[in-house]
Amino acid sequence: MSETRTGAQIMCEALIREGVEVMFGIPGGAIMPFYYAMWEYRDKLRHVLCRHEQGAGHAAEGYARATGRIGVCIGTSGPGGTNLVTPIADAMMDSTPLLAICGQVGSHVLGKDAFQETDITGITMPITKHNYLVKDVNDLAYVFREAIYIATTGRPGPVLIDITKDAMQKSTVPNWDQKLNLPGYKPTYAPNRKQVREAVKLLLSAQKPLIIAGNGVIMSGATEELRQFAETLRIPVITTLHGIGSFPESHPLSLGMPGMHGWVHCNRAIQECDVLFNIGGRFDDRVTGKASTFAPNAKVIHVDIDPSEIGKNVKVTVPIVGDARLTLLALLEELPEREALAELHSHASDWLEHIRDLQEKHQGKQQYVNRANTAQWALPPHDVYEKLNRTLAARGNYRVVTDVGQHQMWAAQLIDWNAGPRTHITSGGAGTMGFAVPASLGVAIAHPNDTIWAIVGDGGFQMTNQEMATIKQEGIKNIKIAVINNGYLGMVRQWQELFENKRYSGTPLSGPDFAKLAEAYGWKGLTVEHADQVQEAIDEAHATDGPVLIDFRVEREVNVFPMVPQNKSIAEMIITEADA
Amino acid sequence: MKTHTIVLLVQDRPGVLSRVAGLVRRRGYNIQSLAVGHSEQPGVSRMTIVVESEDVEQVVKQLYRLIEVIKVSDVTDDPIVEREMVVLKLNAPTASRHEIVSMCGVFDAKIVDVGASTMIVEMTGAPAKVENFIEVVRPYGIRELMRTGRIAMVRGARGQFATEYVEHAGPNGVPVPTTK
Ligand SMILES: Cc1ncc(C[n+]2csc(CCOP(=O)(O)OP(=O)(O)O)c2C)c(N)n1
Ligand SMILES: [Mg+2]
Repeated sequence: MSETRTGAQIMCEALIREGVEVMFGIPGGAIMPFYYAMWEYRDKLRHVLCRHEQGAGHAAEGYARATGRIGVCIGTSGPGGTNLVTPIADAMMDSTPLLAICGQVGSHVLGKDAFQETDITGITMPITKHNYLVKDVNDLAYVFREAIYIATTGRPGPVLIDITKDAMQKSTVPNWDQKLNLPGYKPTYAPNRKQVREAVKLLLSAQKPLIIAGNGVIMSGATEELRQFAETLRIPVITTLHGIGSFPESHPLSLGMPGMHGWVHCNRAIQECDVLFNIGGRFDDRVTGKASTFAPNAKVIHVDIDPSEIGKNVKVTVPIVGDARLTLLALLEELPEREALAELHSHASDWLEHIRDLQEKHQGKQQYVNRANTAQWALPPHDVYEKLNRTLAARGNYRVVTDVGQHQMWAAQLIDWNAGPRTHITSGGAGTMGFAVPASLGVAIAHPNDTIWAIVGDGGFQMTNQEMATIKQEGIKNIKIAVINNGYLGMVRQWQELFENKRYSGTPLSGPDFAKLAEAYGWKGLTVEHADQVQEAIDEAHATDGPVLIDFRVEREVNVFPMVPQNKSIAEMIITEADA
Repeated sequence: MKTHTIVLLVQDRPGVLSRVAGLVRRRGYNIQSLAVGHSEQPGVSRMTIVVESEDVEQVVKQLYRLIEVIKVSDVTDDPIVEREMVVLKLNAPTASRHEIVSMCGVFDAKIVDVGASTMIVEMTGAPAKVENFIEVVRPYGIRELMRTGRIAMVRGARGQFATEYVEHAGPNGVPVPTTK
């Protein structure tokens, strides 16, 4: 291994050494040496040619979120790099381990506005966990190791490496054994025991305790520990949008999703609880509503691997910096004998019963399922979810990728999330329309034996659907797309209806015939206009040995409820159409 | 809003200054001054930043998120030595030269250049003293004024020692990668 290599060969070998098997990208002038070299390594390092670098970035994100491993995307200098900006920002917001590799102009013309020169490290500084400009072939082996280490450890995130063309072309003998030189980067995994004991004390004193589980539980692989912890203490569990999959919704202690489109009983429980245990969630404003009014009666325990998240949005009584799984294990160890839990347990059933009463009163999912008021609609969107939900539960082996908008919230609300971690993949923090189709490509490559359903709005679908060509070219068969086609940028239209007197400015939306578009891409395309056709179409999609798109032409002006208006307390919910 | 003096040890890699400055800006904190230079340890730089913030704990935590930031200390309420330097070009016709020279004596300022009608003086001291000096010489006519950022060091044996990170930070035959 200590032979001379070109910089580009070193890049390939560095990726293979770190366990990378697949990369998503588009070549161009400045990155061509890397493409030249990767041909030699193609048996170990699969390259997926995307149709847009944004698609490559989201595909890499999908791969990373579905596996927990690093996702790799590639773009050339200039526009290649700038097209990666959106997925990089998305990965930053949702803590996704992503490596973006960019070609840069030759070091001799750097800073001279050379053809396709863009300062991509400058542009991405605020949206990466770290980034590098490499101008010397001798730095490549080290930088790739350090970059992947940073991207995948602690709170994961995107890292970008920009490499001048000459650094890829020059040769050197790589040194793979340099010690990582990162005195300022020492993520804390093991929680402080004293804080853990404080947390236990607080939990034992609670009469109305509540758990909020976020993305951290999934990323640290703590679903089993969370179940054990919740069951031992008999504390009900709320799962955030990114916490979906961390705790099965069929579990008697599961309450569902909180926040802007969360269930009434979840938000009410948060407002009433006396101890709130947040594990791996970051108290995003879509969860808290107006933060100063959030959980007014609660002492808060916040577990996060990133110290800067603790105390950022919500006042915390017991801060714990650490990995979610290790913290849950430490908490379980510190719990007293069963008898000492009797006091806590004595309140448990009253509290849970109270929350279930609230749930009964406000119906939750039921409100959509027995919808007398929607009977006149040819195709209520809820029908699609209801049938898809039943079918998926019966079939198993599925993952769902959602885009951003009404269809995303309905998916979070109306599917029974019992398939475990990494089966619900969405763009949460950044809310990036156009995420779902390319992300499903990455998920499908990671899990070839699962059926991947991309649920996407007609708006977001028209942002990145060209990756259907990529999916076809790669021979990927396990992707099914459900377009929830309401002819609007629906979520924006909803806000206009509710808060802007139905001024539908810039939200009505047309499109091509999506089924025909799918056929043009070599997919099967189906159109569903009536509720009676839903099941048949879903079944046909499953029966088809290849990618299928279903254009669900749903009732156009339907709203997502419940809803907390922006900047309002989560106590102030619009529960149904009648309250609006 | 309270003003805080924060001292940082950072890995000396290209771009670290713009990372720190960019972070402070985008998180909405106002930088009053920033000074950066080598520390006692090769490979490690020391920065002093003076920021206005309601929530300095968040500033500190956010700074720690930067990979190259090794140590962050809010020394505002510590016993510290704080220094700034000012260099002034003053109107100095022959008539007022004598007065300027004696004023410089009082403030321990140095005369570093004398021209036909101007003088350049240099003065170093605690921020308040620098301020005071500027006000005192203002009546003579300030043609140019230049100030450095503030630097701060905790008094006594306590401190923030870059050599503690020597094992990782030193050259040690480990080439520091080119970063920006
Ligand atoms: C790239 C991007 N642009 C704009 C928005 C703002 N936005 C949020 S939801 C939404 C509407 C999405 O419409 P569609 O994809 O049809 O989904 P629907 O809400 O109708 O289900 C828009 C425009 C966004 N989130 N992302
Ligand atoms: Mg729509």
